[in-house]
Amino acid sequence: MVDDDPALAEMLGIVLRNEGFEPVFVADGEQALTAFRDHRPDIILLDLMLPGMSGIDVCRAIRAEPSGVPIVMLTAKTDTVDVVLGLESGADDYVVKPFKPKELVARIRAQLRRGRGGETPAERLVIGPPHNQITIDVPAHTVTRNGEEVKLTPLEFDLLIALARKPRQVFTREVLLEQVWGYRHSADTRLVNVHVQRLRAKIEPDPERPEIILTVRGVGYKAGTG
Amino acid sequence: MAAAEATDEPPEPPPAVRALRAFQRELSARAVAGYAVARRTWRRSLQLRMVTITLLASALLVGVFGYLVVSLTTRNLMNAAERAAEEQVISGAETARTSLQTLAPSNSSLLPTQIRSQVLDPLAISPDRGQQGTVALVTPDEIAGAIAVPPPDRDVTEFITPELQAAVRKGISRQIITGELYEGEQVTYLVYGSPVPVDWQGAEVALYYFFPLTFEQETANDIRTIVLATGVMLVLLLAVVTGLVTRLVVRPVRLAARTAQRLSAGLLDQRMTVTGEDDLALLAASFNQMAANLQRQIVRLEEMSRLQRRFTSDVSHELRTPLTTVRMAADLIFNERASYPPEVARSAELLQNELDRFESLLTDLLEISRFDAGFASLDSEPTDLVPVVRQAVDRLSAICARAGCEVKLRLPDQPVIAEVDPRRVDRILRNLVENAAEHGEGRPVEVTLAANDTAAAVTVRDHGIGLRPEERKLVFNRFWRADPSRARQSGGTGLGLSISLEDARLHGGWLEAWGEPNQGSQFRLTLPLRAGDRLADSPLPLVPADANGSGPTRPELTGSGVDR
Repeated sequence: MVDDDPALAEMLGIVLRNEGFEPVFVADGEQALTAFRDHRPDIILLDLMLPGMSGIDVCRAIRAEPSGVPIVMLTAKTDTVDVVLGLESGADDYVVKPFKPKELVARIRAQLRRGRGGETPAERLVIGPPHNQITIDVPAHTVTRNGEEVKLTPLEFDLLIALARKPRQVFTREVLLEQVWGYRHSADTRLVNVHVQRLRAKIEPDPERPEIILTVRGVGYKAGTG
Repeated sequence: MAAAEATDEPPEPPPAVRALRAFQRELSARAVAGYAVARRTWRRSLQLRMVTITLLASALLVGVFGYLVVSLTTRNLMNAAERAAEEQVISGAETARTSLQTLAPSNSSLLPTQIRSQVLDPLAISPDRGQQGTVALVTPDEIAGAIAVPPPDRDVTEFITPELQAAVRKGISRQIITGELYEGEQVTYLVYGSPVPVDWQGAEVALYYFFPLTFEQETANDIRTIVLATGVMLVLLLAVVTGLVTRLVVRPVRLAARTAQRLSAGLLDQRMTVTGEDDLALLAASFNQMAANLQRQIVRLEEMSRLQRRFTSDVSHELRTPLTTVRMAADLIFNERASYPPEVARSAELLQNELDRFESLLTDLLEISRFDAGFASLDSEPTDLVPVVRQAVDRLSAICARAGCEVKLRLPDQPVIAEVDPRRVDRILRNLVENAAEHGEGRPVEVTLAANDTAAAVTVRDHGIGLRPEERKLVFNRFWRADPSRARQSGGTGLGLSISLEDARLHGGWLEAWGEPNQGSQFRLTLPLRAGDRLADSPLPLVPADANGSGPTRPELTGSGVDR
């Protein structure tokens, strides 16, 4: 939990401990990286406005390490620029201050549920046009493109699987929000847009002209097939 | 058969005629185009107008003056010539009379020679004027006929008209004739005739002088040429000078116009060059001063707007963080309220509810201030409005259920794809439906979506207490309440409709209200299907069909959402 406001940190501590979490608090961005390496947390709550190193930089630094730890941003800014910038720097989800404790806990649990589905049956998915195929090994959590493994965060992996399991079906942003992020209702479709961009940047040869994850104007996205 | 053949003749004219007609059409088209170009140039160019007007006015003036000068000098010349001629004729007639007295008309064979040598030669040789004239003495044919010196190539009587002869019988008379008295030269003569009162048995003798007017004509021609040349040169010079002067004035004005255009396009550091100290320099200097003041103001406003934005952003953050803490603490206490005494438990509930209100008020205030700072930005994307409307209504089902009203949705079967910011549209719809539920008196609320080729519209109709006509615009005012004495039902902030109006405007759309007392009200949101398009009409009427006593359209309302 990275936040520079001691009162909020203490209050969050009470709430999170009540819910059965073991939070570790860090007050500024530089300590955040050290704490991350020392404690290996299951999830990071990150305030965007921090003294020293901004939340965005912390987010990038953590994403540069070989870890797919979920990052949830706490932000007081709702402007698209700020939200998109935070998501692009690698956060998986964001919660706008002032949030209700239940809302935050729900978001944390949704992120922690990821990758804990227990034993999954062997499943291999193949999408993309013939000259540029993506192979997904679901239980092993690996994605390969032309024989090379592509590193994806768990969230990106879930997003890709959601699309790949039903190729040709068009997913609206709302459906993806529910399936991948666990939102029941009322959420920000910008989450989907930014993560699709991030995913494309990793698996598409040319993210400007996507061949694997296609946009359906006015509706949503679908997986491209051969 | 012949008739049939005749009718079979192609009705179209021969190729030559067709070509001619085509040429005519082409010519008239060119003439029209040329006229249009000329008209535009005339309207646009001050210089052209000034030069043309000067040219016309000075040409008229110079023409009149030139005509006067030429005619006056010519008349004076002629007068002088006539006076001189008359004197000569009088003295010549006297001389001729005395000379003729010595001769008698007896020996007819010698008479013409004698007349020539004794009468006419002295007259011809001694002209007062420097030009050679012809002198002729006309006597009856039976005496000597007409004798002229120097002897002309034609009979001199041919050039003396009967009218002149008749006039000369009474006294000295004159006439101007043109003729070839001598072979090869067409000359204009001033002909003077005088009776010679010689006592020759009643025979009429007349003396005629032919003064060539060559000198006068040449002089008049010279004067005319000089006046004409001077006039034309003067007019041209005037035109050129006018052109130059106008250019001198017009150029700085054009320059100022161009600089003003650049300024208004946002190039705030554009200035005019100031040369000299005349009126035009004053124009340039004043212009520059104005530009500098404008620039200072704009920079100051930009700075203020930046600070305002910064402030909004900071306030937002600074307020939200402690509010989060308070919110969490209140939530904790609220969840534990069962274990407290009733007063404390109720306090916890109040705290919780008021925090909700405080939070939405803060959110709305920050949104409004973002609009005021001009910082709101539109994230348009092609969106199907059908699910947007459905979800907005679904999400409000709890509030509607609490207000006891049912929401009827009328959605088209086809998707309505519009380039909009779905979050803002959702917010507008939520505000409208919430407003309808709050004022709907428990009666059904109808939400209708429709689209045409250019626009999509959503109407939200309630059957509550309605609006008075003068309240239709007030509803969009901040913190405006229809009836201050009425208790609030839902925790609206009073900013919802203002924000919705701003949201609609940001899309280039309209948000309008209709209402009649006790007939309920209807709000209509109209959005262009393509971002940036201008709206011309709405696919749905603002006044609902079931409204009583209302005309189909109310002109004073159209576009109220944009004009305000």
